[in-house]
Amino acid sequence: MSTANVKQPQVAAAGNANPIGTPVSAPHTATRLSVPRVMGTVLLALAPATLFGFWLYGWPAIWLWGFTIAAAASGEALCLRLMARPVLPALHDGSAILTGWLLALSLPPWAPWWIGVFGGLFATVLAKQAFGGLGQNLFNPAMVARVALLISFPVQMTAWVAPLPLGGANAPGLIDGLMVALKGMPSGLDAVASASLLGFAKTEMSRGVDLFGSLAHAPVQTWIGSRPGSLGETAGWLIAAGGLAMMALRIITWHIPVAMLLGIAIPAAILHSVDPARYLDAGTHLMSGGAMLGAFFIATDYVTSPGTPRGQLIFGAGCGLLTYLIRTWAGYPEGVAFAVLLMNSLTPIIDAYVKPRIYGRDRSGAAIEARRG
Amino acid sequence: MGFLERIFREPRWGVHPDDRKRPAADAPLRKLPPPARVYMPLQQHVGGAARPIVLAGQKVLKGQLIAEASGNISAPIHAPVSGIVAAIGDVTAPHASGLPFAAITLASDFEERWVEGEEISDPFSLAPEEVARRTAAAGIVGLGGATFPAAAKFALGRRLKVDTLIVNGGECEPYLSADDRIMRDRPDEVVDGVRIVMHAIGARQALVGIEDNKPEAIAAMRVAAAAFPEVNIRPVPARYPMGSDRQLIITLTGREVPADARAAEVGVLVHNVSTCAAVHRAVRFGRPLVERIVTVNGGAVTRPGNVFAPIGTLVQELLDFCGLDEAPARIVMGGPMMGTPLAHGQVPLVKGASGILAFDAREAHVPPAGPCIRCGNCTRACPMGLQPLELGARVRAGDLDGAAKLHLGDCMSCGCCAYVCPSHIPLVQYFNHAKGELWAKERAKLRTEATKRLAAARLERVEREAREKAEAAARRKAERAAAKARTAAEAQAGAESGAAPPAQSQHEGETA
Ligand code: SF4
Ligand code: SF4
Repeated sequence: MSTANVKQPQVAAAGNANPIGTPVSAPHTATRLSVPRVMGTVLLALAPATLFGFWLYGWPAIWLWGFTIAAAASGEALCLRLMARPVLPALHDGSAILTGWLLALSLPPWAPWWIGVFGGLFATVLAKQAFGGLGQNLFNPAMVARVALLISFPVQMTAWVAPLPLGGANAPGLIDGLMVALKGMPSGLDAVASASLLGFAKTEMSRGVDLFGSLAHAPVQTWIGSRPGSLGETAGWLIAAGGLAMMALRIITWHIPVAMLLGIAIPAAILHSVDPARYLDAGTHLMSGGAMLGAFFIATDYVTSPGTPRGQLIFGAGCGLLTYLIRTWAGYPEGVAFAVLLMNSLTPIIDAYVKPRIYGRDRSGAAIEARRG
Repeated sequence: MGFLERIFREPRWGVHPDDRKRPAADAPLRKLPPPARVYMPLQQHVGGAARPIVLAGQKVLKGQLIAEASGNISAPIHAPVSGIVAAIGDVTAPHASGLPFAAITLASDFEERWVEGEEISDPFSLAPEEVARRTAAAGIVGLGGATFPAAAKFALGRRLKVDTLIVNGGECEPYLSADDRIMRDRPDEVVDGVRIVMHAIGARQALVGIEDNKPEAIAAMRVAAAAFPEVNIRPVPARYPMGSDRQLIITLTGREVPADARAAEVGVLVHNVSTCAAVHRAVRFGRPLVERIVTVNGGAVTRPGNVFAPIGTLVQELLDFCGLDEAPARIVMGGPMMGTPLAHGQVPLVKGASGILAFDAREAHVPPAGPCIRCGNCTRACPMGLQPLELGARVRAGDLDGAAKLHLGDCMSCGCCAYVCPSHIPLVQYFNHAKGELWAKERAKLRTEATKRLAAARLERVEREAREKAEAAARRKAERAAAKARTAAEAQAGAESGAAPPAQSQHEGETA
C-alpha cells in the first residue's frame, strides 16, 4: 500500500481540491436513448413509405419534400438566432426535420414549391418556436401548418395527381421535376389531375350520386397504395409497418395508434352496415387519407399528446372519432389534421385529470388501507 | 408472438439497465489483508451517532466495542482490526460534500486477534428479546444500504405481529454482486440467519426474493433451504428497483404498503440477505459487524470482483487492491442508480456500502440536459406511479408546494426517471433539492410554531402572575377589612355577647 493512502484523511474538508471533478447526483448511469436518437428512429421509420411515395410521384414530389424540410429547418434556425440561443444543438435534435418531413408527407405531391416553404416556415416559426421551442408547443406544428395551408390555398392543397411512377415514360426527370415544383403543373406533361378517393366520394355524394354509383368509377384504389393522394397517404401498409417498428423499439406505445384506428373503424363499420350506399366501409377509411400517418406518426407526437396510457387511449379514441365525424359530415373530405389539433387542445385537460395511481394511494391521492394477505 | 408481446406487454414500473454484474460476480471472493489504518465513522447508521468509549493510545482487539449506541435508534461500533486507537476526531465522511465527520482511527497490529465471543449452540431456545439484544450489541444495521439498526426493526416486527419475513436478495442495482456472492458462497449462513430473524420477529414464513439474473445464487439457496419448508426461495424478474422494499413486497406477497406507512403494517418485514448472514454470526458466535463483502467494479478497475474487507478501510486501498487501469473518472459508493459520488478515495468503507465503483471516462460521461420532450418515459418508469416530468417542471419553476401536492414526498429517489430520460434531465437532483427545501421549511414552520407556543405560554404566565398578584392584593385587603370588622364586632360583642361574624366565613370560603 502506498504511503499516500495512509496520509491523514483528516485534512480533507469542504474546500479541498477535488481531483475527479464535481460529483453529480445519482443516478450515475443513463439510458443510451437521446432526443436525436428518438427523432432519428422516427425518421427511419418514415423512410420506407416516403421512398415508395417518391417512386410513385417522381421528382416533383422529391423536390417538394426537400423544400419543405429545408424551410422547416431554416425557420427553426432563424428563430434560435433571433433569440440568441445555440442553433446547432437544436437542429441536431432532428425535431425540425421531422416536422418538415411529416408536413411534406401530408401535402399534394405535385404542389408548388412555395406551398412547402410557406408550410415549413409556418410550422417551426409560428407553431413551435413562438410557443417556446421544443416541448412547449400546444399543437402539433406539422398539422397547424397543414391546416393553415388548406385554409389559405385550398386550390393548391386539393390538387392531386394520379401516380406517375419514376422511370415511366411520362414521368418528369430531375430537372423537369424541379420545373414542376417551381412553376406548377405544365400542360405538356401527361399528368392526370385527379381527386383523392375521400374527396371524390364526397363530391359525388353532394351531386346526389351514392357510393354504389360513385365507387364504380372512382379513382383506382389498390391495396399497395397506388392511387392519388398525398405522399404519406398512399402507402398505408408501409406507414403502419414503420409504426409497428417504432412500437417494437419502444419509441411509442400502442395506445394512441390502436385507439385512433378503432375510433375511425368502429363508427365506420357500424354506419356502413346500416347504409352502405351512404357510408364508406371501415377498410377504406383506414387506408385512405391521413389515417395511418395520423395514427402512428402524428397523433403520437410526444409533446402534444397525453403522457399516461389511459390518457393516450382517450386522446387516440378522440382523434379517431373526430376524424370520422369530420370526414363524414363536415365540409372537408379529410379530417385527421383538424381532429388531431382539436384533441391537442384537450391534452392539458386530459393530463390534469388522468393520472397514474400512486403506489400506496388510491386514485384520489389518499393513502390506502393497510391490508394483510 | 415475441413481436406482439414486445409491443403489448408492459412492465408496470421500473427500468432495465444493462446489469454489468459479470465478470465481477463470478470472480471468487478475495480477502483484503488488514490495512495499516482503519477509520470508523461514529455515524454509519440511521439514528443517533455512537459514543466513543475508548481513549487514544488504548490497545483494542478485533471486534472489541469502541463506541456504544446512544438512544433507542442507534448502533454500536466495534474495532475492525486489532491494534491501538490512533485518534478520535474528524475524517472525511462518505458523502458527496466531503465534509469531515467524527470517527475513531485505529492503527492495526496486523495480528487479527479477536475478542472472545459468546457462542450459542441453539439460538432458537433464546427468547426473541435476547436474539434482538445480541443483534443490537453486534452493531448490525441493514447492509443493503438502508443502515437501519436491525434490532430496532425486530422490535417493530414483534409489536405489529408480522407474519412474513421478506428476505431481500434482489440486488437490483447494476454492477453490484455482494449479495449474490454471499448467497453463492455462504448460503447456509444466510438461511440460518433468516431462521434466526424469523424467530426474533415471530414470523411464520420467510420469502427470499432473488432476481432471476442470479441462477447460481438461486440454486445454492434452494439447496441450503431444502430442509426448512418455512424458508421459500422465490425467483423474481430482474428489474430495477426490485430490491426496493415496497416493490419486492408487492411482487412477493401482493400486499401494497399504504403511503406514509411502514411495511410492518401490512404484516411483513424486509431484511437483506447479507444482514441475515450478519445476524447468524452475531447470534451464534457473538461476532460483531466489523467486516463485509463489498463489490469493487467499474471500467477503471483491473480485476473487478468481491472483496471481504474490514469496515473502515479507505476506498482507495480497496481500489488499489483490485488494481486501477486508469485514474477513475468518478468514484461511487453504492450502486450506480442510488450510490453516493465520492470526491476522492480517502473515504472509509461504511457498514451500508455494498459496492465501490470506479468509472472510466465513458461510464462517467453525463450528457448535457436538454428540454423535456414530454415523451412520458419517466412516468412509465416511476415505480411509485408519480409523474416525474410534472414534478420536475414544478420544482424548476420554484413551485415546491405544487410539487408536494403531486406527492413529491412519495418519491424514493430511485433514479428510474432520470435514467430513462432521453433529454437527460437531472430529475433526481431536482427532487432531492426540493425535498431538502421542503424539509427545511417544515422544520422552520415547526420552529415558528414552537416559538409561538412559547410566546403564548409566556404571555399566559405573565397574565397569571398579574392575576395572582391582584388576587393576593384583594385577599390581603379583604383580610384587613375583615380584621377591622372583627375588632369592631368584638368590641360590639363585648358589649352585647356575640356570634361569629358572617362576613369572615363567607370570605374564607371564597379563597380556600
Ligand atoms: S426517483 Fe422518484 S420520481 Fe423518479 S422514478 Fe424514482 S420514485 Fe419516481
Ligand atoms: S423522460 Fe425526460 S423528456 Fe421524457 S417526459 Fe420525462 S422528463 Fe420529459
